[in-house]
Amino acid sequence: MGKPIKIKAKIKGDVAEVKALMPHPMESGARVNADTGEKVPKHYIQEVVCKHNGTVVNTAFWGTGVSKDPYMAFKFKGAKSGDKLEISWRDNTGDTSVGETTFK
Amino acid sequence: MKRFLIACFLFVVMTNVYATPEQDRLALREFFTQRFPDLDLNEMINGLYAFDEGAREQWLEMEDFPPYEIAIEEGEEAFDTPFANGKAYADCFENGGIGIKQNYPRFDVDSGEIITLEWAINQCRTDNGEEPLPWRTGELAAISAYMAYTSRGNRMSVVIPDDPRALEAYESGKEYYYTRRGQLEFACENCHMQSAGNLLRADRLSGMLGQATHWPVYRSKWGETGTLHKRFMECNSQVRAKPYEAQSQIYRELEFFLSYMSNDMEMNGPASRR
Amino acid sequence: MRLQRRTLIRSLLTAAAVLAVPRWLFAARPDAAFDADNSESVVKDLFDGPIVESDQITLKVPDIAENGAVVPVSVKTALTDVESISVLVENNPTPLVALFELSPQSVPDISVRMKMGESSVVRTVVKAGGKYYSTSKEVKVTIGGCGG
Repeated sequence: MGKPIKIKAKIKGDVAEVKALMPHPMESGARVNADTGEKVPKHYIQEVVCKHNGTVVNTAFWGTGVSKDPYMAFKFKGAKSGDKLEISWRDNTGDTSVGETTFK
Repeated sequence: MKRFLIACFLFVVMTNVYATPEQDRLALREFFTQRFPDLDLNEMINGLYAFDEGAREQWLEMEDFPPYEIAIEEGEEAFDTPFANGKAYADCFENGGIGIKQNYPRFDVDSGEIITLEWAINQCRTDNGEEPLPWRTGELAAISAYMAYTSRGNRMSVVIPDDPRALEAYESGKEYYYTRRGQLEFACENCHMQSAGNLLRADRLSGMLGQATHWPVYRSKWGETGTLHKRFMECNSQVRAKPYEAQSQIYRELEFFLSYMSNDMEMNGPASRR
Repeated sequence: MRLQRRTLIRSLLTAAAVLAVPRWLFAARPDAAFDADNSESVVKDLFDGPIVESDQITLKVPDIAENGAVVPVSVKTALTDVESISVLVENNPTPLVALFELSPQSVPDISVRMKMGESSVVRTVVKAGGKYYSTSKEVKVTIGGCGG
């Protein structure tokens, strides 16, 4: 299980604004380990699914060009106080992680 | 004109030979006031972002959800985890270790050593039968990040007690700062005083004032949170000088000097930088 | 015979139900596009229609990236019925950085932090109402003098 996703979510008017920070090495496979001279193998988040009360609001697909400890922000309508937000990721090794929060 | 030049000369002589640390600090503030008359000196706790609009905007976007929050969380967890003997970090520090980073580095009258916060953290560990942690990144940096975070808003309050050894340590750090070193023969002051706010290739240079307030730092370059001494080592390498070891005596003295120079400025660690 | 027909009808109904579900619920990662080493291949693979330059898209990226390892980018648009937003860095080894598949609930406003290997045009392609719209900006990535 990967490191947990950190989420900041708030509702402004009728729009939910969500920010997520996901600790992850995000190795592109191009970096060379200075000590061994070997290429560090690819290890990066490929898919991020965001759900509001169990319904998918968006899916993000990522390549190796997303930064280490990735940050993502998105918005959607129809959220109310007490609603649940869940974000989960899957990386190229099959590892996964999840984070959830409740709108205040 | 001649009188002005003599006044300048005397000013330089006084501040470099006869001045007290407090006079040094005030002279430094005066230096930056002269250089940047329109700048609120307090803004210099944000380093180069006080000088560069484009970089500042990117920094503000990072501040929206800064990567050092990962270190703060990990640091808090490590800080709250008791040692094998049942004691915890809170037992080693005044106020349980909360909101105290502005008091470091401090001069320890018993050992005669300059104690940085990182030094005190590892001291706490070894005093309680635990292995010391590596100085530059990882768990130690995370604990320092957490302690820095609890100290936000406090004013840097480094004390030089009335002890000749303490003053000697301060002077040693100060001498280091003004000494040219490395293949490139740069002294710290060349970049961070004379050229503060200028471009070095495409990098905007931060100023010496406020440089010690915001550590530890998540550098995008490192991809993780690291300590001030890691940055000292990196700066040394960048002028092609052989770096000292993190937490070596000279680096602790340098940190002592730098922190005193930033006295009374707002603690704003941990921070994110490029 | 009756059992087979019932099974067949059930399978057909299931298939129809699956096909009727909007794309965003069953989105699959377009791996080939992410592995492509040039923008032309990415475009060919992902966008099955002409792409039109649009001033309805706001692409926010710095003019000069502080550090190529972490470049903040955000895309928002006034276009309606937005189905997806993609971000490409044309000079990256694999230009496709991110593809956001949105839902009817989404507000088309996303941000992400990305890596840039060198100075490059950063392009975003928005799929709205079945059509493709795009805008781009040049971002400079430099070698630092002291930060490296």
